[in-house]
Amino acid sequence: MNIHEYQGKEILRQYGVSVPNGRVAFTVDEAVEAAKELGTEVVVVKAQIHAGGRGKAGGVKVAKNLDEARTYAQEILGKTLVTHQTGPAGKEVKRLLIEEGCDISKEYYIGLVLDRATNSVVLMASEEGGTEIEEVAEKTPEKIFKEVIDPVVGLTGFQARRIAFNINIPTKLINKASKLMVNLYTAFVEKDCSIAEINPLVVTGDGNVMALDAKLNFDDNAIYRHKDIAEFRDLDEEDAKEIEASKHGLSYISLDGNIGCMVNGAGLAMATMDIIKHYMGDPANFLDVGGGATEEKVKEAFKIILSDQNVKGIFVNIFGGIMKCDIIAAGVVAAAKELGLDVPLVVRLEGTNVDLGKKILKESGLNITAAESMADGAQKIVSLVG
Amino acid sequence: MSVYINKDTKVIVQGITGSTALFHTKQMLEYGTKIVGGVTPGKGGTEAEGVPVFNTVSEAVTETGANASVIYVPAPFAADAILEAVDAELDLVICITEHIPVLDMVKVKRYMEGKKTRLIGPNCPGVITPEECKIGIMPGYIHKKGHVGVVSRSGTLTYEAVHQLSQEGIGQSTAVGIGGDPVNGTDFIDVLKAFNDDPETHAVIMIGEIGGTAEEEAALWVKENMTKPVVGFIGGRTAPAGKRMGHAGAIISGGKGTADEKIRVMNECGIKVAETPSVMGETLISVLKEKGIYEPCKTH
Repeated sequence: MNIHEYQGKEILRQYGVSVPNGRVAFTVDEAVEAAKELGTEVVVVKAQIHAGGRGKAGGVKVAKNLDEARTYAQEILGKTLVTHQTGPAGKEVKRLLIEEGCDISKEYYIGLVLDRATNSVVLMASEEGGTEIEEVAEKTPEKIFKEVIDPVVGLTGFQARRIAFNINIPTKLINKASKLMVNLYTAFVEKDCSIAEINPLVVTGDGNVMALDAKLNFDDNAIYRHKDIAEFRDLDEEDAKEIEASKHGLSYISLDGNIGCMVNGAGLAMATMDIIKHYMGDPANFLDVGGGATEEKVKEAFKIILSDQNVKGIFVNIFGGIMKCDIIAAGVVAAAKELGLDVPLVVRLEGTNVDLGKKILKESGLNITAAESMADGAQKIVSLVG
Repeated sequence: MSVYINKDTKVIVQGITGSTALFHTKQMLEYGTKIVGGVTPGKGGTEAEGVPVFNTVSEAVTETGANASVIYVPAPFAADAILEAVDAELDLVICITEHIPVLDMVKVKRYMEGKKTRLIGPNCPGVITPEECKIGIMPGYIHKKGHVGVVSRSGTLTYEAVHQLSQEGIGQSTAVGIGGDPVNGTDFIDVLKAFNDDPETHAVIMIGEIGGTAEEEAALWVKENMTKPVVGFIGGRTAPAGKRMGHAGAIISGGKGTADEKIRVMNECGIKVAETPSVMGETLISVLKEKGIYEPCKTH
């Protein structure tokens, strides 16, 4: 789960990571009011969307007085930002962070991520702050330093200091910087983060070490034990169909194509998208109905697929293990009858209770094209959609 | 022969009194798996599906002589269930449970260092040695005894591969689902090693997906060490970057973990990769014929 920068900074503040003072604003008036309250010489007006690259897209402006703050707030609120992380459609800005300006002497990068190779959390840091860390990793990998963290003892003082020295934090600020890193790690573990990235971490003219940005992502599987984090969820930032799917325990990802897919199992669902593309079709979604789906759940899945205006045909690909084919068939028939089906539907059933499932489809009187295999089904739906 | 499990494996079911566990316990018993007991704290002394239920894993092991366990415990308690099984010194623990918080698994992995237990999963379909022992949730009837080892990150894609093989009369020695999570107990290389050492396994099919670099590492290991042919498939070739494809581990992030990169490395290491998921069986058969081991794989 993603949250906004201002929410991430709230969490960091709780853990003693120093961040600039700031306030969230939903309207221009609130933005000006926030700037007035901060009372600093300059304030930064920052667009709050769940994507990086905001600065380059014009979503971050430095205002030298209240009039400028108003002008920038007017300009950014409601604007659709297109960054390398939003996709071509971009994201509309609905919230702003108004933050005190900061006297930056140097920018760094620090981040905590789960490293699959060592099955551990790893602290990464670089002297090249402010830029895309992926770019640094690719072009100058020697400028990235890493510390693998033992989950039993946590991030140790010496590891944090070693990182701080390696990225050339000024000697007199080493302790401040390493304390910040240890605090960041504590937040990461206690809140079940999947990513905690500070880019840039800054050293200021008055000798402080601060998180100027905060990108915190959380492990969806652990949200159940963090009610405070769950409250940070911003539904405006998510796809409406994905929200609806998550309510019913379905795993759904919206894509740009026109062939709706309903599959059981994440691996098979991905492979189904692949095979549609292989036959020159274009999947409209990834949808895993899961292993224990009921007729009702299948019906909901079908509704979500049909609510996508781009869908010109549907391919149901099921390998029933635990999922019984007759349940899928009954759900498909019920949904098609209830919602009306005016696009072609290809169904491939295999596995548990396959004969019963095929019989239900056949006797439904619906216009359903049966497929013998995944390849057969993919070819059929691609040619039907045209 | 086979890997990890066979007709003598004695299994306890952790979380046996839950509805999913009861259903699968019945299925496993019907398949012929030696389920010798179950564990649900507070339900000790009762019975489930005709097997005794115990309060703790260590008690179940002492009473039944079990050497393996399968976990159906809900996600918030599953990591603790794994620790309990490791503490009881079982040889093998198979965790079916999905949605375990990843930092829980980081601790589990650390706890398991230096211990004898092998963990498979979590978030996996389990392990099956056809006609001998089925531990997990896979449909037993699609499998056929034979000589092809199957290892996969995905449940349903494993079924797809097994089904394609069985239909062509190619049986399996063992099929191992290692699970779709970023931190798991057993990786591709562990299973490939086991298949390499198993005299009954003549060839291996390895099914991966986007995310991480486990497939690349496995491919390099195959190139250096494997004496048996390996074919592969990678799911998620068309998945967009930054979107998690159902499995917690299936995500392309920071330009890493793409299907194309995995396929490239696998090809370089001599692993033939199926073009589409519907030709996994066909691809394996073509390699068996190439290596002159098609006949012994067809008749076991």
